[in-house]
Amino acid sequence: MPSDLEVKVNGLQVAVPLGATVAVAVVMAGQACRLSVDGSPRGPLCGMGICFECRVAIDGVPHVRSCQVLCQQGMEIASQK
Amino acid sequence: MNREELTTKDPSRDLTREDLTSELPREAERRFDVLVIGAGPAGMAAAACAAERGLRVGLVDDNPAIGGQIWRGQSDGEPNPDASKWVQRVRQSGAIVLCGWRVVYQPEPGLLLAENLNGFCELKYDKLVLAAGARERFLPFPGWTLPNVMGAGGLQALVKCGLPIRGKRVVVAGTGPLLLAVADYLRRHGAEVPVICEQASWSSLAEFGLALVRWPAKIAQGITLKRSLSGIPLSANSWPLAAHGNQILESVTLSRAGKVEDIPCEYLACGFHLVPNTELPLLLGCAVCKGYVQVDEFQQTTISSVFCAGEPTSIGGLDLALVEGQIAGLAAAGRAPEARSLFGQRNKARSFAHLLDRTFRLRSELRTLSQPETVVCRCEDVSYSRLQQHTSWRSAKLHTRCGMGPCQGRICGPATQFLFKWNPDSVRPPVFPARVATLAGAASQLEVQHSVVTGGH
Amino acid sequence: MTKAAYDVAVVGAGIVGAACADELARRGLHVVVIGADIVGSGATAAGMGHIVVMDDSAAQFALTRYSQQLWQELRSGLPDDVEYEQCGTIWVAADEDEMTEVHRKRTYYGERGVPTDVLDAKALQSLEPHLRPGMAGGLLVPEDGVLYPPCAALFLMERAQAHGAKLILGTSVAQIGDARVHLADGKEIAAEIIVNAAGASAADLLPELQIKKRKGHLVITDRYPGFVRHQLVELGYLKSAHSVTGDSVAFNVQPRRTGQVLIGSSRQYGAEHKEVDNFMLVRMLQRAQEYLPGLSQMSTVRTWTGFRAATPDKLPLIGPWTGDKSIFLATGHEGLGITTSLGTARILAGQITGAKPEIPIEPYLPSRMAKEYAHA
Repeated sequence: MPSDLEVKVNGLQVAVPLGATVAVAVVMAGQACRLSVDGSPRGPLCGMGICFECRVAIDGVPHVRSCQVLCQQGMEIASQK
Repeated sequence: MNREELTTKDPSRDLTREDLTSELPREAERRFDVLVIGAGPAGMAAAACAAERGLRVGLVDDNPAIGGQIWRGQSDGEPNPDASKWVQRVRQSGAIVLCGWRVVYQPEPGLLLAENLNGFCELKYDKLVLAAGARERFLPFPGWTLPNVMGAGGLQALVKCGLPIRGKRVVVAGTGPLLLAVADYLRRHGAEVPVICEQASWSSLAEFGLALVRWPAKIAQGITLKRSLSGIPLSANSWPLAAHGNQILESVTLSRAGKVEDIPCEYLACGFHLVPNTELPLLLGCAVCKGYVQVDEFQQTTISSVFCAGEPTSIGGLDLALVEGQIAGLAAAGRAPEARSLFGQRNKARSFAHLLDRTFRLRSELRTLSQPETVVCRCEDVSYSRLQQHTSWRSAKLHTRCGMGPCQGRICGPATQFLFKWNPDSVRPPVFPARVATLAGAASQLEVQHSVVTGGH
Repeated sequence: MTKAAYDVAVVGAGIVGAACADELARRGLHVVVIGADIVGSGATAAGMGHIVVMDDSAAQFALTRYSQQLWQELRSGLPDDVEYEQCGTIWVAADEDEMTEVHRKRTYYGERGVPTDVLDAKALQSLEPHLRPGMAGGLLVPEDGVLYPPCAALFLMERAQAHGAKLILGTSVAQIGDARVHLADGKEIAAEIIVNAAGASAADLLPELQIKKRKGHLVITDRYPGFVRHQLVELGYLKSAHSVTGDSVAFNVQPRRTGQVLIGSSRQYGAEHKEVDNFMLVRMLQRAQEYLPGLSQMSTVRTWTGFRAATPDKLPLIGPWTGDKSIFLATGHEGLGITTSLGTARILAGQITGAKPEIPIEPYLPSRMAKEYAHA
């Protein structure tokens, strides 16, 4: 699959295919989307915007469900604390 | 990408990023004769049917594109012909598609409040069709919260949205026909699927297979599936015991027909069939019986201006969703005779729903998977042992915070219902988290400092 | 009919009922608590859990101060899930008129030994940077705090049970009187004394009680740790809380230990349905945004309503009921039930056991409300 976009996940540069969601970028980067209340790493579960495990901060905006947002060139994505 | 470009594009080609109309429609445009919530098969069918009869129709979905879960955009390979047909119908019907918008609240009858990443809008309707589909049921087991443990549909959704899976090992587990569809999909995209663990018994599955003779189309599907699945062991009477890994999934332990087996893997795709998304119907005051929205033969709920189609009325699969959607759309458009003409088709599709229900009933062993420290409420990190001390959902919620997180019990609710036989609480607004500015209404329009766009260029 | 002999039957398993049961059981009385739902439901589950000293009347001050001090004594024994935080209250002054009120409060509290700090505009901004610039200042009351009421109620109830109190849940009470509690299922419980601690439902049991339901709305956000650090209340809150008619909203926001922000407050009379009223929700949130503009983009997770038990003179009813020798009241706490639950329990237990009260109890006696309808 051609890598068409570059985004940053927790400072790491990640190349993702065009049309990829931010959740995909985070998983490709090997990062957790968020830390749970008890501090354990979490990633996407339901893939459809219901479980809230995929929440990240995108360009400074917190609590965004990454499985429903498409990657844009240059997006800065950070794990949600 | 503007509207004109979208309508002239080949509709069968790309289901991923079309309809990126995340900009706010003009105020005048936000009144609808029929407003359809959920753009999966049922919603698409309802919207197309109503709009084709000249009504002003809105179709709202919180994903970046229409198609729901089962027809989630595929940016590669061959698009599904059924999906393409319906996408084309929706496009040509004149229905106004609002992707990336999430309905959160009904401030007053006939008016819904929706928000997207940039703002909110009010949507006025005469008739409403609710078609928000279903979500996977998750059951807790040790390690289920590790990254890369996902739902079966969940992992498929991510792969459809670009997650590379070629060469990765994926264990598929849980229950329901979705497992087969997902295993097939993953396999066709280059994943290595060592096993599908289905908790149903061989006799249930055999009965299911035999019963499929009533649906020739499904048999054909079944045979195709069998061919592409050949080589993947399907293990009945099987379920996950634990997921292991340091910070991320590394292996799973399975109970395969009584024998314990460890399999190293990169992903676990695990879901236990589906539960209906009934939150919005409940909020609107529609009667819900045994977890399903009550509808009459015209798919009308107990609220006369509100119709409901697809999984929220019963978990019945694609064909039932499509015919229910059509009936609902026609009925909402005032076309009762045309709706009636589809009743026979619906009856046929409905018996498949009953079959699904019987075959994939959860076995009691699944209640024993949780250990005391296993997290049950993922939003608030509430463990099984803490929940055991309570005798009702409400008591558990108030005293442990289980269900008080952003998912508002969508994940832990069905789990605790199965584990403890608890019944869920009443639904309060907003049905999905909504910004203060949205709930506070139009008077507080604010500049958006960070414009995070759902799509378009 | 089953009968059991108790010294005291407490009707109501909210925080007031739990606190009373705790006090009475610890003094060796044989207590039963009867709750229609679960421990800590009703207004206890719906409210803000703000432990606050109020100065709108001498009696209100006395009871809230007494209770606040009891909470402080208790705090080290409270489990984690009670989430007690002594974050303090800041009464926010939007203009110079309200600053005058700040100084008046400071004097009042100062004379009564309640520590406070007057904050000028700059100090306020540095303590709470998300408040809209242009506020005149405020009054910090550092000994106020917050907690999570359902778990506080459960803690008190479990303490009561450890001292032998019995708990019956999921049972409605049809009638009380004459040293008997008649349950909705037909059973009867005999108790020398019956305490009506049924909050907003207290008047269901005693129709002559002048208790009205005062509906309130609340909204809770997702986690935004550090957005606010103190309970922030506008000085106009008192006008809202203490008008006896009409619907009103006031800015009242609380930081929860989870990092979630709890947004209140609203008051309505005559609304008895549990559903959220959009017009009240909108007004309340708009008011909140006027003080904290940053709230606008914050994600809210849930809204809900609750019913406060309001009396005509804004003071609770604690003590013997004039209509029946066996009945005591511990109800009518309006928006101060969490705070004053401990003080109420002490007063009530003292009245029942004949102990000397630690604060004057006359202002709360139900006899002040007694109508002389017997003498027609």
